[in-house]
Amino acid sequence: MSDLANQFLFLPERASTFAERVDFLHYFVVGTTMVMSAGVGLAALFMFFRYRRRESHQHTEYVVPDLKTEFLFVSVPLVFFLAWFAIGFRDFTWYTTPPKDSMDVYVMGKQWMWKFSYPEGPNGVNVLHVPANRPVRLLITSRDVIHSFYVPSFRIKMDALPGRYTQAWFEATKPGTYQVLCTEYCGLSHSKMLAEVVVLSPEDYENWLKEQQRGRLQDRQDALADTSLVPPVARMAEQGQKLVGTQGCLKCHSVDGSKHIGPTFLGLYERNEKLEDGQNIRVDEAYITQSMMDPGAHIVAGYQNVMPTYQGKLQGPESAAIVEYIKTLRTANVRETASEGPAYDPIQ
Amino acid sequence: MTPSSSIAAPGAAVPGHEAHDDHGHHPSYLTDGTTVKSWLLTVDHKRIGIMYMAWILLFFLVGGIFALLIRIELLTPGPTIMDAMTYNRVFTLHGVVMIFLFMIPAIPGIFGNFMLPLMLGAKDVAFPRLNLLSLYVYLAGAGFALWGMLNGGLDTGWTFYTPYSAHTTTTVAPVLFGAFIIGFSSILTGMNFIVTTHTMRAPGITWFKMPLMVWALYATSCIQVLATPVIGLLLLLVTAENLFSLGMFDVARGGDPVLFQHLFWFYSHPAVYIMVLPAFGVMSEVVSAFSRKNIFGYRAVAYSSVGIAFVGFFAWGHHMFVSGQSTFNAGVFGVLSMLVGVFTAIKVFNWVGTVYKGAVEFSTPFAYFCGFLFFTVFGGMTGIAVATVSLDVPWHDTYFVVAHFHFIMVGATIMAFLAALHYWFPKMFGKMYHEGWGLVSAALIILGFNATFIPQFLVGNAGMPRRYYEYPERFQALNVASTAGASLLAFGFIIIAIYLTYALIYGKRVDNPWNSKGYEWLTMSPPPTHNFIGPQPTYPEEPHFYVDPKKAQGEVSDV
Ligand code: HEM
Ligand SMILES: [Cu+2]
Repeated sequence: MSDLANQFLFLPERASTFAERVDFLHYFVVGTTMVMSAGVGLAALFMFFRYRRRESHQHTEYVVPDLKTEFLFVSVPLVFFLAWFAIGFRDFTWYTTPPKDSMDVYVMGKQWMWKFSYPEGPNGVNVLHVPANRPVRLLITSRDVIHSFYVPSFRIKMDALPGRYTQAWFEATKPGTYQVLCTEYCGLSHSKMLAEVVVLSPEDYENWLKEQQRGRLQDRQDALADTSLVPPVARMAEQGQKLVGTQGCLKCHSVDGSKHIGPTFLGLYERNEKLEDGQNIRVDEAYITQSMMDPGAHIVAGYQNVMPTYQGKLQGPESAAIVEYIKTLRTANVRETASEGPAYDPIQ
Repeated sequence: MTPSSSIAAPGAAVPGHEAHDDHGHHPSYLTDGTTVKSWLLTVDHKRIGIMYMAWILLFFLVGGIFALLIRIELLTPGPTIMDAMTYNRVFTLHGVVMIFLFMIPAIPGIFGNFMLPLMLGAKDVAFPRLNLLSLYVYLAGAGFALWGMLNGGLDTGWTFYTPYSAHTTTTVAPVLFGAFIIGFSSILTGMNFIVTTHTMRAPGITWFKMPLMVWALYATSCIQVLATPVIGLLLLLVTAENLFSLGMFDVARGGDPVLFQHLFWFYSHPAVYIMVLPAFGVMSEVVSAFSRKNIFGYRAVAYSSVGIAFVGFFAWGHHMFVSGQSTFNAGVFGVLSMLVGVFTAIKVFNWVGTVYKGAVEFSTPFAYFCGFLFFTVFGGMTGIAVATVSLDVPWHDTYFVVAHFHFIMVGATIMAFLAALHYWFPKMFGKMYHEGWGLVSAALIILGFNATFIPQFLVGNAGMPRRYYEYPERFQALNVASTAGASLLAFGFIIIAIYLTYALIYGKRVDNPWNSKGYEWLTMSPPPTHNFIGPQPTYPEEPHFYVDPKKAQGEVSDV
């Protein structure tokens, strides 16, 4: 039944848990739209005939609607619109809240390719491998202009912004290969910025992962296009650990909890930072990235705005690697001046 | 006072009509001075309207040619007639010309200028010289923008999103500056209309006796005056960023890559109502005139224009659901967008209600009303659909959105533009066109429009992103269908151009072929230079009062 509807509406195959939710609302909205439009259209057509002009100077009655009619005109559409909104917003909240146990993949858009890196090691250009039936969180950023990561079969999309991480998540329901498109105009080869998601069964995925960790670069042709972007296969966290040294982060930040020119990295991830302007912010991937790219955006209370920007200095997934490294520096009991324990846990 | 059943004024004297068959003594605005200078330096709102018309139609032609080029390029999945860079410039040129040079100024510039003072019983707009200035400012802006697009040409799309527009090597600055100048024209016209509506209404025209076209123009003008400065400043910021690399939108220097989108949509979302509210106004006039009936819920239609203008300012975030804005923001913008939909629904129901117990004449403008009804309902409903947060996730920036805004913005506006052109053609030129050709071309255009954009809804569903020069093979069938529709559409426009030009020269002389009781018909067609001959007329009846005078006394109770 719904496959028929999908064919009729030209919807692509449904291959994620989100797709199922979205499609249900899609039928509801499209169905009501059709019925409503047909109703209005037929009523109008009927009246065009029923009340056609019989003489050129014909007079008409003076008709004005009573309040009840106008009330009906307002309330019927409003009820429907709000119902759609309520369902849509519930689904959207679900879509913007990745489950805690999701697997992370870093996604970077660049004119004109998609680059994927896994905290556990392998990297890929234009091909993303994921296991079926497991939530995957995408941490999406861009190296140049705004792009947008879109997988029609999963019904997901999220903009990739330079110097920020946005997130999206999905749970693929069946193994297969699905197309990735860029939907934010990004210049000359915007329409060639294609990639694919390869969904593997959990066993196949494990095998694939092992093979990657054996150090074999994906021998995809497109990888050759920009090998400079593909870092040596290693765990991202280890790479990050090297980078904080070579990039000079440790000149100002410690990793053992001691206060220096900047806040310590120890326990930073998911810490609740008190800012200079009195606000609180919970440290996540987006915040760490922003702090590297645009250090002045949020100053932690008690520190000076002295950090240089790393936008353009950190290559490709290097910033992702640093984020991953900082994520490993977790401890339960280290407290540092400005921090105040997690204020809330995300829903789910 | 009771209205008389003749074409002449309801009740009070409209002296224009006495002198009516005596065109020789009272030259129309068209014949009052025929030198080039008398046109170029005129301060007559009607002549200014006609000059707007000449230019706007020219720009429409330019935008239309580029639309066809886009459609031809998309006929095949790979390159068809141009390379990628050319394509990117072509769709940018198409968007910029159509939005800034055609849709925003079209109805207010031409029909607003021409009709507003007539509908208010005024001799002219409040500031006639400012009115002329706004035309030249518009042309100056257009000149700048077109010059920039032909010399270098920019490839950002009409939305100029940063950071792309700050990085691209094409020449962004002159086009942005051109758009900035056009903004001033918009503001000047808006101010002029607001002041005219407040101060120049003839005795008897109270706020609730103003024609609905005036309400629509008034609401539009308010948006123009309030929102345009925002885009003006934004365009300057981008120009500066592009020329001097200030870092406003550059994360590395403390800038914000999405700030642009907020400011842009803060203007551009209300701007879609700048384009469509005047269309709603025209249609209120047309449906009433061709049903020979008062508007069903006059006040509801009037208030909803103001309502749309108001909430239109608080819905911009629905263009940015997947831009990384917070989930909470998405919810707020989602709900507020729904309200816009409700105000539009009120209008639709009241237009259909107007036909109830009316006397429908199915002539060309009414045919466009039917098309309009369809595009507005469908375009509006797809608007609600994309404002439904989770549904917008797959649809955003795909052809579904392209189809949505072409239906509502282009479809509804073009229908209204053509309806206005046909309805007021006799008013403006005192000539009549061939009704049969009118209906044929209306049918072609409505069909062509549907054939062009319905496939785009579907190809959007299938996942084709907008602004694609090449596309995967599986999208081809729908693209071919869309291109076929576009040629039908173009054909319809060619027919119109031919028979209207013919009518302009050889058309039969007429005065009020519709027996319309809209206020603007109370003077002769074409109107004399100062709109009315003799003293200012008074208006005891509301506009579109088609009630039998014998029965009027008893029936009009509930005004
Ligand atoms: C009434 C006249 C309307 C006009 C002229 C209009 C015009 C437009 C335009 C030009 C766009 C495209 C923007 C772009 O991406 O370049 C657009 C998108 C959109 N419109 Fe409308 N619209 C109208 C009504 C509505 C209504 C009633 C709603 C919902 C209540 C709505 C919701 C949206 C949404 C959510 C988008 C963004 C979709 C996306 O980019 O994913 N629109 N509209
Ligand atoms: Cu892109």
